[in-house]
Amino acid sequence: MIRFARLLDRLSFEPRRSAKLALMREHFIETPDPERGLALAALTGGLSFRHAKPAMLRALVAERVDPHLFALSYDFVGDLSETIALIWPNGEGGDASPPALQEVVARLETARRGEVPALIAGWLDTLDETGRWALLKLVTGGLRVGVSARLAKTAVAGLGSLQPDDIEEVWHGLDPPYETLFAWALGTGERPRSDDPVPFRPPMLAHPAEDRDLDDFAPAEFAAEWKWDGIRVQAAAGYDGSGALRRRLYSRTGEDLSAAFPDLVAALDVEAVIDGELLVVIDGEVRSFNTLQQRLNRKSVTAKLMASHPAAIRAYDLLSLDGEDLRDLPFRDRRARLEDFVARLASPRIDLSPLVEVAGLEELAQARNAPETLHAGADAQAIEGLMLKRWASSYVPGRPKGQWFKWKRDPHRIDAVLMYAQRGHGKRSSFYSDYTFGVWREAGEAGEELVPVGKAYFGFTDEELAEIDRFVRQNTVNRFGPVREVRHDTEVGLVLEIAFEGLNRSTRHKSGVAMRFPRVARLRFDKPPAEADRIETLEALLPADERAPASLRKTRAG
Amino acid sequence: MTLGADLLTLTDEGLYCPQGGFHIDPTRPVERALITHGHADHARAGHGAVLASDETLKIMAVRYGEGFTGMRQRADAGETLDINGVLVSFHPAGHVLGSMQIRLERGATRVVVSGDYKRQADPTCAPFEPVACDVFITEATFGLPVFRHPEARDEIAKLLASLQTFAGRTHLVGAYALGKAQRVIAELRAAGYDRTIYLHGALEKLCRLYEAEGVDLGPLETVGRRSKELAGEVVLCPPGQLADRWARRFGDPVTAIASGWVRVRARARQRGAELPLVISDHADWDDLRATIKETGAGEVWVTHGAEEALVHWCRGEGLAARPLNLIGYGDDGEAELDAGAAIPDGVPAGETTERETMAGKAAGG
Repeated sequence: MIRFARLLDRLSFEPRRSAKLALMREHFIETPDPERGLALAALTGGLSFRHAKPAMLRALVAERVDPHLFALSYDFVGDLSETIALIWPNGEGGDASPPALQEVVARLETARRGEVPALIAGWLDTLDETGRWALLKLVTGGLRVGVSARLAKTAVAGLGSLQPDDIEEVWHGLDPPYETLFAWALGTGERPRSDDPVPFRPPMLAHPAEDRDLDDFAPAEFAAEWKWDGIRVQAAAGYDGSGALRRRLYSRTGEDLSAAFPDLVAALDVEAVIDGELLVVIDGEVRSFNTLQQRLNRKSVTAKLMASHPAAIRAYDLLSLDGEDLRDLPFRDRRARLEDFVARLASPRIDLSPLVEVAGLEELAQARNAPETLHAGADAQAIEGLMLKRWASSYVPGRPKGQWFKWKRDPHRIDAVLMYAQRGHGKRSSFYSDYTFGVWREAGEAGEELVPVGKAYFGFTDEELAEIDRFVRQNTVNRFGPVREVRHDTEVGLVLEIAFEGLNRSTRHKSGVAMRFPRVARLRFDKPPAEADRIETLEALLPADERAPASLRKTRAG
Repeated sequence: MTLGADLLTLTDEGLYCPQGGFHIDPTRPVERALITHGHADHARAGHGAVLASDETLKIMAVRYGEGFTGMRQRADAGETLDINGVLVSFHPAGHVLGSMQIRLERGATRVVVSGDYKRQADPTCAPFEPVACDVFITEATFGLPVFRHPEARDEIAKLLASLQTFAGRTHLVGAYALGKAQRVIAELRAAGYDRTIYLHGALEKLCRLYEAEGVDLGPLETVGRRSKELAGEVVLCPPGQLADRWARRFGDPVTAIASGWVRVRARARQRGAELPLVISDHADWDDLRATIKETGAGEVWVTHGAEEALVHWCRGEGLAARPLNLIGYGDDGEAELDAGAAIPDGVPAGETTERETMAGKAAGG
């Protein structure tokens, strides 16, 4: 537990991906089984005990600390678990040694609800501040140390010469504490044997299409499909040893999404593995990504949400059928099998991603930016561009060269005014590198005002970063901790040309809109801030089902 | 009317002894000042006369120039002076080199003004000496029960471990120029680190003063024009320089901050600490309470810091206690509860990051 606490502590302050990987690798090398495997399980969300509730923790600390002093401290620290970790009396544990992670996990998995508070209190008594903080993170669920499951698996792969996808392929057949996995990764054991009838198959990925990729583009060698604005998923069903059909829905990185999409999983009643896009489809129309988002990042789902946000898969590849691995076949053959399969399945939940039938590159280029002209119909707004797949391509995990391309539609662009800048992290900690920008709107008697519409922290070159940094330092009008407000009026201000992929309604933002993938496309030192864009320009870009103003905006408009 | 009010009153300039005709750590120029220690918020330039420890006088001369005061008088620890009928003596406070508590006695009343103090061992200054008194005027910088400082050597061990893990990166340690920087260096030496330690120019004079006063800091050099060649080395600078353009010369440093405040994660993050080192020159909650009891004082005045919690605790212990709400202290880089950390209304928070992490959508394909 102490090593694990130290790891979490370091990870929580470390902004760099490479350094996080180094810290995890070091931990996995220096920590014996089963402790390292349980740490991996904790980092990948693979521990399954019932989580402790804040109210229970409050009650525990109330038995030990003056309530007024606790209230003052909590007010200062701002985080309940951290306050408890820091304020818990030291040295109450006597000679008892701190628990191993194994003990914590094992006891919590078997404890009855009523036993949990005493268990936690007993452990807190033996740990120091960092140990208590880590324990409370663990027992309340959600470590929030900036490490995804994928990153933790990447660290395991990096122990030897494995690739993260190698880990993904065996992952779902394994359980904590993953002893065989570590042995394999360290080169001291065989690849773990998997009895999993529905393993994750690492997906084949596309390269962004650059102009030079298209110079010698031969249309006859490629299939074109729409690139859908949803979530890439793998829907897998297979028979286990007892003859039962097991089904699973995976994200692109191998995360198991099944529990959040029982409606989709139920539709998979044939032994097959589909590669496709997860979308919300209502009345035959694909809904915006914003709508889909409401079903993501959930551990489970209510019947109500399934009814209001029905999920579907738009299938574009077939990796396996009736136990036969199709991945070595050319895409042309897989596509034919897929079309046949989807027709046979006849499920309202699973349909076919249509091919875009055009003759040449010019027509494709046009289709990419104006899908509505090519029979995409009402779904046009859920299209991000085109996918170009070589007819002869077999299905190769990773990103093989020259096989698949994604050719996104041109981004939207607006001119916005820099309002706030925040210092970055890691290498950028001395630069103001995170920018909040706004556009103009009517402000009643006050005339015009800027309203923040987004935040961007990439897209610029190092030279441009230095230029913006200089502007921020010279035009600061206000400081809020690491944030600076810069001058932004009609006369003085920095206009940023912002490129973004789309726009959604948002009640979280004062402006009522939220941009997707905003980035700084150009610096417009030449442009007076008064000539930057207005909120109406953005509102016109909202998807049709979101044009009604958000309630927040309504109250402000008056 | 409380007991100590005979001896000390609160004026715009800070604590004042009418009988003795002097101020203690005044925040503005006065005729006669008694100074507890050399931090800028306690030791200001421009007084008519200053009475302080020899080291404090030297520190003030380094910072403000030899003309920092009209007259100066050295106070030796333990020696009693009679100033207009008030018996005055100085006693080590363990905060930084030359830091003192000031004891006043008149008639049957003994008052001790703690200045800033700590109880942890510090190889760079004389240890705190408990002084019995009736009224104890204590600082409360870390006057909340969440602040219990770990051993400095354990924090230094974190720094040394990081030097191993990230051997190719400069370890840039933000540490206040007076006291903290020298303590970090001395603790590194105590842990066996014998490589040259590099200093931001602003730290040099005070480090040299410490050495002249007999504190061994081992090999030190200023950074000067060096940059990437300091990969893998320890560089100390004032905390403010961590986010300054100066820090860019090191490429991709590990940013450490040595301060009691970095115990609270949000504060450490806000200051950009990737390696928070909880090393403080102030008494923590446990030591504040232990010290109050040790002095035997029946009355406690709580000056700058988190007065409310400590006053609450004192009253619970049956001690008369009151907050002094002294203003003007807190510029020593540590004694400040940095205000205004909130992000203004309407600033969107990281919309894109959420979307990117969600189910790995960003890389698409």
